[in-house]
Amino acid sequence: MITLGRKPHNYLNANYSPWSWLFSTDHKRVAILYLISITLFFFVGGATAVLFRLELMTPRGDLVISETYNKLFTMHGIIMVFFFLIPSIPAVLGNFLIPMMIGARDLAFPKLNLLSWYIYSIGGVFTIAALVSGGVDTGWTFYTPYSSTYSNTAVMTAALGIFITGFSSILTGLNFMVTTHTMRAPGMHWFRLPLFVWSNYATSLIMILGTPVLAISLLLVAVERFFRMGIFDPKLGGDPLLFQHLFWFYSHPAVYIMILPGMGVISEVITCFARKRVFGYEFIAFSSLAIAVLGFLVWGHHMFVSGQSMYAGMVFSFISMLVAVPSAIKVFNWTATLYKGSITLQTPMLYALGFIGLFTMGGLTGVFLATLAVDVQVHDTYFVVAHFHYIMVGGMVMAYLGGIHFWWPKMTGRLYPEWWGRVSAAMIFFGFNLTFYPQFILGYLGMPRRYHTYPEEFQVLNVMSSAGASLLGVGYLIPLGYLLWSLRYGRAAGDNPWRAKGLEWTTTSPPPTENFQVTPVVTEEAYAYSAEESEAEYQRQVEEFARGEETLEESRREL
Amino acid sequence: MTTSDSLYLAHHFDDREQQREAMTLGMWVFLVTEIMFFGGMFLAYAVYRWRFPEGFAEGSKHLDMILGTVNTGLLLVSSFTVALAVHAAQSSRGKAVAWLFGITILFGLAFLGIKGYEYWHKFHEHLVPGPHFRLLDPHNPQVDSRQVEIFLSLYFAMTGLHAIHMMIGIGVFVVMIVLAWRGRFSSEHYAPVEVVGLYWHFVDIVWVFLYPLLYLI
Repeated sequence: MITLGRKPHNYLNANYSPWSWLFSTDHKRVAILYLISITLFFFVGGATAVLFRLELMTPRGDLVISETYNKLFTMHGIIMVFFFLIPSIPAVLGNFLIPMMIGARDLAFPKLNLLSWYIYSIGGVFTIAALVSGGVDTGWTFYTPYSSTYSNTAVMTAALGIFITGFSSILTGLNFMVTTHTMRAPGMHWFRLPLFVWSNYATSLIMILGTPVLAISLLLVAVERFFRMGIFDPKLGGDPLLFQHLFWFYSHPAVYIMILPGMGVISEVITCFARKRVFGYEFIAFSSLAIAVLGFLVWGHHMFVSGQSMYAGMVFSFISMLVAVPSAIKVFNWTATLYKGSITLQTPMLYALGFIGLFTMGGLTGVFLATLAVDVQVHDTYFVVAHFHYIMVGGMVMAYLGGIHFWWPKMTGRLYPEWWGRVSAAMIFFGFNLTFYPQFILGYLGMPRRYHTYPEEFQVLNVMSSAGASLLGVGYLIPLGYLLWSLRYGRAAGDNPWRAKGLEWTTTSPPPTENFQVTPVVTEEAYAYSAEESEAEYQRQVEEFARGEETLEESRREL
Repeated sequence: MTTSDSLYLAHHFDDREQQREAMTLGMWVFLVTEIMFFGGMFLAYAVYRWRFPEGFAEGSKHLDMILGTVNTGLLLVSSFTVALAVHAAQSSRGKAVAWLFGITILFGLAFLGIKGYEYWHKFHEHLVPGPHFRLLDPHNPQVDSRQVEIFLSLYFAMTGLHAIHMMIGIGVFVVMIVLAWRGRFSSEHYAPVEVVGLYWHFVDIVWVFLYPLLYLI
């Protein structure tokens, strides 16, 4: 798009004062506030990982003592789970996109939306305070009675931080749910919603039903710690297993909070870069809901060796395997969408393809873990660590980065440098596999998690893992660099650089404060990519590529 | 869009119906989160009651059933005045809304006063869990005092959390009285009154469950 004279009015240039950002109820600005804060937390959480991966280079504990090591992995878990993964796609991309995707001017409760960011930030301050005041050594799971009675670290500060942050995610979920129900534009009925909206709707369901239970369990830990009331401590007559039940009743569904929104991003990206209607729209939409519902019935698979009844274990094992069905439906449908599509491999698509592979690995090893007998062997080993990192990092972080690249032109009006994008996507993919694949083997051989020393024979695999982690770290720093660079120097993106479907692409980039000048009326299905259009688009891209080659050739000759 | 339509209609809604729908649904969803929030405690209650029936029976005998019953009555009546307030808002009687909310606040404060008296009484009898807990004159001499302590821990945690919810409700009623007095609510615009009413009814219902579980076993 060529703009003449003054820049068109948009949400970024509406007002430049800091107050206009800090008190903005515009969902797009709140999304940017979230983007900045979760990026900060991502790199703090990453820094702790750098330290313990360095420690694990050698079998002996020569960099940190065991106590410090415990605090490092605890902080890594707390920050990455509660302050990065859970808010990542919903609070940044969801906030920015859901109103635009359904043709609304804002979320149903804009003030609550801003409030949720403040609550998140206050929770973050508490967590950072816990980190600075000596750290926490309970692990992100806060198992009782260690957390409620014995640990002498800043448990309460950290738990309070998580308790508070929980309310921000409750408010986000509530807002998304009400928005999806009441704010859809004329003609946008449920089966025309982009799948991103469906997956965030399913996520909201979990946030609403699960997070309060986490809040109450942490509150009960606090009550026990402060008033010595016996709720979880067996010495006071309480039951430590009750805490595990309550904790996992939230925290297992929460792992679906950490993957469902990513699946939504993948559905958007795959259809756009395969230029095809999604295969089996209804199946993908309902599989999100199925995952959300089934997710509430499987928490006991974290407790196979905690002494719960064997029969309960068998039921939990069976239901856990059922979760693989809707997950597989999604993977098959994405693959079927790719089939005979006009595929181009831009950065977001690279992330999406990476997601499908890594998520499949993570999901299948999840079935191993759901099997009672296998779980007894690999429980609390690096096998588990590798499994959930394949889902959380290989899945969610890949999807998050893919989504950020895909919608970056919409959010900022600028294009990121494509070559750097592809390089870093490839680097993250290889770095990730090098980090976590060896951990599957380590776990299978019996290396337990959460120890800072290990027998000599595990060193080779651990060094590989640490080497992969450094590659991964660099891979994350590169996008941080070029995305910031593109804010100033990136090419202007135009309204729809990917020629994508969806209401968010029909408005200007960056969008005006009210999103749409006129409330859109929806007349077609989601992802209405047509065959002719995709053929034309394919030709265009081939030509563009050829032109690029020519220019490259010319510049070589000039040299 | 007429002026009366745009009055109190937030910019991002198309019409008042949409706004009302969003607010009501929002409150219902919020109440679902509240059910889950209290649910954790109810689960803890169920687990320990099943495990320590004698301790719970003993603990329950140390609660004052008469005061509990009076409090149940107070809350039920206060829910009635809230229902009347919603009706008054729907028929554009703003002053009546303010008065009815005022009466509701009085009932709420009376409830909290009685609750506070009960807490104070427990404190004097050394029945507050913690290092000073003593079960001085048990009805059942065989009972393990630690089981009674768990019952009382849950009693304080559950009724305390409930009382915090009441205080929040009372705070919101104060704001609503001011708004109602200024004539902000009418048959066109009564969603906020309705939504606050839902919240109060919910707090009431939680007590309806707490009362038999704690006082009547």
